[in-house]
Amino acid sequence: MGAIGKPVARVDGPAKVTGTATYAAEFHPENMAYAALVHGTIPRGWIKSIATDAAESVPGVIAVVTHLNAPRLPWKPVDAAPVDPGEGEQLRPLHSDEILFAGQPIALVIAESQETARAAAALVSFTCVPSDGAGLVFDRARARPPSDGTRESYPAEWERGDAEGAFASAPRRIEGSYLQPRLFHNAMEPHATIAAWDDEGKLTLWDKSQWVDNVRDQITRNFGLAEDEVRVISPFVGGAFGSALRCWPHVTMAAMAARIARRPVRLELTRRELYTAVGYRPYTLQDVKLAADEDGRLRSVIQTAYGLTSAYEDYGEEVLDPVGMLYDTMSARTVYRLVELDTNTPTPMRGPGAVTGVFALEMAIDEMADAMDMDPLEFRLKNYAERDLKKDLPFSSKALRSCYETAALRFGWEKRDPRRRAMHDGNMLVGYGMATAVWPAMQAPASVRIRLFANGTAVVRTAASDMGPGTYTSMTQVAADRLDLPVERVTFELGDSSLPMAPVHGGSMTMASVGNAVAAGCKKLRDDIARLDGAEDGEHPVETLMRLRRDSFEVDGAAEPGAEAGTHSSYAFGAVFAEVRVDPDFGTVRVPRLVGAYDGGVIVNPRTARSQAIGGMVQGIGMALMEAGEWDDRLGRVMNANLAEYLVPVHADVEELEAVFVESEDRIFNPLGVKGIAEIALCGVAPAIANAVWHATGLRIRELPLTPDRLLMAEQAARTS
Amino acid sequence: MSGLAYARAASLESATEVIGSHRAAEVIAGGTDLLQRLEEHVLPPPLVVDINGVEGLRAIEVDDHEIRLGALVRLNQVIESAPVRDAFPAIVEALIVTASPQVRNLATVGGNPLQKTRCLYFRDQSTPCNKREPGSGCGALEGRNRINAILGGSEHCIATHPSDFAVAMAALDATVLVVGARGERRLPFTELHRLPGDTPHLEHNLAPDEVIEGYRLTRTPLARHSHYLKVRDRGEFEWAICSAAVALELDHGGRIADARVAVGGVATKPWRLGQVETALQGRQATAEAFAEAAALSVQNAVAHGDNAYKLALLPRTIARALTELRERL
Amino acid sequence: MENASTGAEGGAVQARSTMRVTLEVNGREHALDVQARTTLLDALRDRLHLNGTKKGCALGQCGACTVLMDGERVNACLVLAVMAQGRHITTIEGLRGGDGLLHPLQRAFLDHDGFQCGYCTPGQIMSGVGCIEEGHAGSRAEIRQYMSGNICRCGAYVNIVEAIFETAVGTRP
Repeated sequence: MGAIGKPVARVDGPAKVTGTATYAAEFHPENMAYAALVHGTIPRGWIKSIATDAAESVPGVIAVVTHLNAPRLPWKPVDAAPVDPGEGEQLRPLHSDEILFAGQPIALVIAESQETARAAAALVSFTCVPSDGAGLVFDRARARPPSDGTRESYPAEWERGDAEGAFASAPRRIEGSYLQPRLFHNAMEPHATIAAWDDEGKLTLWDKSQWVDNVRDQITRNFGLAEDEVRVISPFVGGAFGSALRCWPHVTMAAMAARIARRPVRLELTRRELYTAVGYRPYTLQDVKLAADEDGRLRSVIQTAYGLTSAYEDYGEEVLDPVGMLYDTMSARTVYRLVELDTNTPTPMRGPGAVTGVFALEMAIDEMADAMDMDPLEFRLKNYAERDLKKDLPFSSKALRSCYETAALRFGWEKRDPRRRAMHDGNMLVGYGMATAVWPAMQAPASVRIRLFANGTAVVRTAASDMGPGTYTSMTQVAADRLDLPVERVTFELGDSSLPMAPVHGGSMTMASVGNAVAAGCKKLRDDIARLDGAEDGEHPVETLMRLRRDSFEVDGAAEPGAEAGTHSSYAFGAVFAEVRVDPDFGTVRVPRLVGAYDGGVIVNPRTARSQAIGGMVQGIGMALMEAGEWDDRLGRVMNANLAEYLVPVHADVEELEAVFVESEDRIFNPLGVKGIAEIALCGVAPAIANAVWHATGLRIRELPLTPDRLLMAEQAARTS
Repeated sequence: MSGLAYARAASLESATEVIGSHRAAEVIAGGTDLLQRLEEHVLPPPLVVDINGVEGLRAIEVDDHEIRLGALVRLNQVIESAPVRDAFPAIVEALIVTASPQVRNLATVGGNPLQKTRCLYFRDQSTPCNKREPGSGCGALEGRNRINAILGGSEHCIATHPSDFAVAMAALDATVLVVGARGERRLPFTELHRLPGDTPHLEHNLAPDEVIEGYRLTRTPLARHSHYLKVRDRGEFEWAICSAAVALELDHGGRIADARVAVGGVATKPWRLGQVETALQGRQATAEAFAEAAALSVQNAVAHGDNAYKLALLPRTIARALTELRERL
Repeated sequence: MENASTGAEGGAVQARSTMRVTLEVNGREHALDVQARTTLLDALRDRLHLNGTKKGCALGQCGACTVLMDGERVNACLVLAVMAQGRHITTIEGLRGGDGLLHPLQRAFLDHDGFQCGYCTPGQIMSGVGCIEEGHAGSRAEIRQYMSGNICRCGAYVNIVEAIFETAVGTRP
C-alpha cells in the first residue's frame, strides 16, 4: 500500500547495469542477414542511373535493392497518426527515382555480415539529374501559412483583443528576433529494426519505437497485411526524445529486405544516417513584440514564428501555444508560418513547439523586465495568469507561483545584483537568469490487461513504451499501490504490439494515460473479484482467490480523458534558475548551477522524476550552449552529422543540478492527479541560461547556441556601436 | 573498397617496404583516427600495416640531456610520465585535454600528429573537399567553416590540423625520428607538416616509405617553463577551436630571455608564431607585453565568415596562456 | 585486396582480408572468423552476442562501447578485432563483485539512479571502473573530467558522478 510517491529503485535497473537489457539491434534471430543503405547526394532531382554489379559481386552479398527492383508495396492509404504531419506523405523508400532531399536512401544492400553490407554499399554507383525544388535557403520571404491539414492544430493566425493596436499605443515596448537552430535528438541508441517473416507470411519487427501500435498499423498498411499479421516488439528503447514516434522509412526497408532475403534482416542506422533518416527539431525564426504599461502590466504580446518544414510534408508544432496563456496580458496575437526546404521532414523533439516558443518569449520577457527596470521574477509575478485567457477556462491546477518561490529560494535569487556585468568570480563574469516552463498536460485512451495470481503476484501488460523515464517502475508502483501488493510482487510488461493498446509514449502523457488505465484496471480487478460468488467483504483479492481455489484472475482495464477538457485548461509548469560563468576573453560559457521547481501534478516516483528533470536540464545546457545542426544551404546537408562536431553536453559541462517538485495534484485532470514532467524539464532551461548570459555580459544574443563565436562577435558589435 | 586487408609487420623495415610498394597502404598504430575513416568511408586505405608488434617503440627513455618517445607510446602513458611532466609540461597538458581517456589509451604519439582534419567537408565523403578528393573543390571556404583555419590556408583548403600534442611539440622544438627504406633521418617537428597550398591532400613531408619511429625532446629551461591552453565550446572531449602552447625563459631582471609560441585550432598545420616570439624577447613579462606580442599573431590571418571570431580569440588565447605561465614561474 | 604475400624478400608480410582470430573475453577464449575490417565492437555484439557493449556511434565519440583491454578502458569501436588478439578483454558481462554478484559500481549506479534509458550505462560503468583504477576519481570535478568520454543523452551525469565517487571512496585503501 502506498507505493505511489515512493522513491522506488528502477525495476529494470539490474538488467541495465549488467548489460542484459535488450535493445532493438540486439535480438539475434537465427540466420539473420544485415542491411546497409546507399544515399543520394543531391537535394532534389532524379536518379538517372544506378550500378549495382560491383556490390553484387562482393562475396557475401545477398541482394542489392533499388527502386528498379524493389517489390511494389501496396502503400494503402494511412489515416495520419497524431505523430505524423497533417499534410503530405512520408517518403516511400525505394519507391521511385525521385529524390526529395540529400541523404535520401536510394539503395539497400543485404549481406551475410554488417561489414560486408557496408563495404558493398560503398560500391554502388549512381548518377542523378538535379531539378528545381523548394530550395535550400531558409528565407522568410518564402514563408506561407500551414496547409489545411496542419492549420487546425497550428493556426496561421490567432488573436485575442487588438494586439497591434495595444502595442502601438503602449508606453513601453520592446521587440526582437530569435533564432533556434535545427536540433537533433541524438539518443545514444541508434535507430535499428530487425525484420523476420514467418512461413505464414506474418511479420515480426524488433524496432526502436515509442509507439509499437503505430509501427504495426503503418507497416500493416504499407505491406497490405492484416493487423494480426504484424507484431512489433520493443522492450527497451535507448533514449528517443521524439525521434522514435513515427514509423520511419527504414522500418519499411528492413521488412522489405527480409522479404527479399527470405530470412531475418537487421537494418541498424549509423550515427550519420540518423541526421537524415529520422527527424529533428526544426530551425525556427521568431519575432516577438511586447508592450507594457508604465507600472509593468503587459498590454500586448505578439509573436510570429517561421518554422522549417520539408517540401513533401507539412510539419507544424505548437510553438505559439504558450503565447496566449502564459501571462495575464491584455491582448495577444500569434502568426505561424512555414518555410519549405528540400530536406527531410522535422519531427517532435522533447517539448516540441513549446520549448521553441518559450525560448523566444522568455528571453523577450526578460528584456522587457530589464527595460522596465524590474526584477525579472517580479515582472513575471506581476503578470501572473490566474486563468487560461487563451481558452478562456480556469486551470485544472496551477502551482507556478509556488514553483517561482521555491526555485528562487533554493537558488538564492535575492543575491542577484540587478546590474548587468556586475557579478564576478575572479576573472569570470557571473550571471543569474531565470525563465518559466510550460507544457500542456495531455491524456489519451489507454488499456491494460492485469492478471492477479493467488500466490500474491500480479502481471500488468500494455503496449506502452519506456524510453528511459521509468514507465516500467512507475506503472509497477501504480499497480502495487492499487492492488495493495508489495512492488516486488508486481511485474509490468510493455513494448509489444500484441499487448493491449497504448498511446504514443511522448508528450509527457504516458503517466496520465497508461497510469490511469492501470489504476482503472486494478479497480476493475478488485471489483470483479469482490463480486465473485463466495467473496467476502473487506478481504484482499488475493485472499479471495486463495479461498476460492482460483489460480488467477484477469481483467482488461482502460482509461480515457474525461469531460474536464471542455471545462478546464490543464498545463504542467515550472521555473528554472541558472547561474553562468562567462570567460570575458574567450566567450566560453559554463553553467555551474541550475535549479528548477516543477508543478507536474502528483509525482509517482520522486527518484526517477528527479532524474528526468535533471536530464532535461542537461539537454537544456546543450540547447543553450552548443547544439546546432550546421546546414549547408548550397549542398542541402547538415555538415556536422556526428557526435564529435554536433556537440552535446558531456560530464564536464554539468555541475550542480537541483530539481524540486512543488506540492501539486490535479484530480480534475485525471484520477491519479498526474500531469507529466518530461517536456517541462527541458522547457525554459535555454532561455534561463541565455538570460543569465545577458546578466553576466550585457550582451543580448538572440541566436542559439551561445557559442564563443557568437559571444565574441556580439562583443565586437557592441563595442563598435 | 570491398575488402580491407590487414598485415602485421614485425619490424619497421618490413612496414616501410610494404607502404613503400603499396601507395595507398597505411600504417596502423592506435587506429583511433583510421577506424573513424574506415567507418565513414573517408579515404579508407585498402591495406593497413599493423606495427604494434614492432619491438622497441613503446618506451619513454629519459636521460639528463633529452627524452625520447617511441612512436607506439600511448597518449596516457605520456600523461602519467613524471619526467615528461616535469621537463615538458606543455606536452602533458596538451594530452590531458586530448580526446577521452579511452581514446588516449589507444592512440599513439606516432599516429596523433598524422591524424586527419576535422573539417566538416573532409569528414562527409559526399561533399567537395580538395584534401580528400583533389580537384573537387573546397566546401569549407564559403561553407560552414566555424572550426576552420585563419592561418596557413589557401584557396584550395582551410582545414585545421586538429592535434593538441603536435602544437606542443612544435613549440618545444621536438625532433622527429623517421625510418624509411633508405634508412633513418631526423626532421624538426615544425617541418613535419606541409601547408595545403594547391596540394592539400599532401599533409606531411614523410616519403611514401617512411614512418615515424619516435621523437627526441631536448631538455631546456625553456621547455620546462611551458604551458598549454585550449579553448573549446564544451568542457571536455572536443578538438580545440583555439589553443596555444607557450614557453618562457626569464632573466634575472624578469625580462623575457627566450619565448616559444605555437597555436592550434586556427591553422592548417601546427603553427609556430616566430614574430610573436621575437616581439616577446627582451620585454618585461607583463600583461601589456603579452597582449602586444599576441596581437601580432593575426597579422597575416584571413577569416572566411563563420571563423572570423578566431581573429579576436587567438591573441587572447596566447596572452592568457602566457599570463598563466608567468604566474607559475 | 586478396590474401597475399607482399613486400620484399625477407621482409615478407602476410596481408589478409579475412582471418581466424582468437579473442579472450571475460576469461574465455573464442575462435571466430572475421574480416580485417571487423571491429572488436562488432565481433562482441554480432558474433559473440555480448550485447552489453553498446554501439552508439562507432566513431569513438560517445563511449557507449567502452571495455577494458588488459585492464585499461578503450573504445571497442576503435579496435580492429584482429588487433585485439592476445589481449584480455573485459565487458560488462564479465564485471563481478567480490560476492560474484554485482560489482560495487553497478550497485552504486542502482543506488544513485545513474541512468535512464540504460543504453550508455554499461559503457559508463566500464569507464567508471577504469577511472577509479587509474586513480582519477579523487573528486567530483576530477571524475567529471575523466568521464567526459562517455556521453549520456538522458543526462544522468550528476548521478553517475555520485555513484563513481562513492565507489571510489569505498574502495580506497
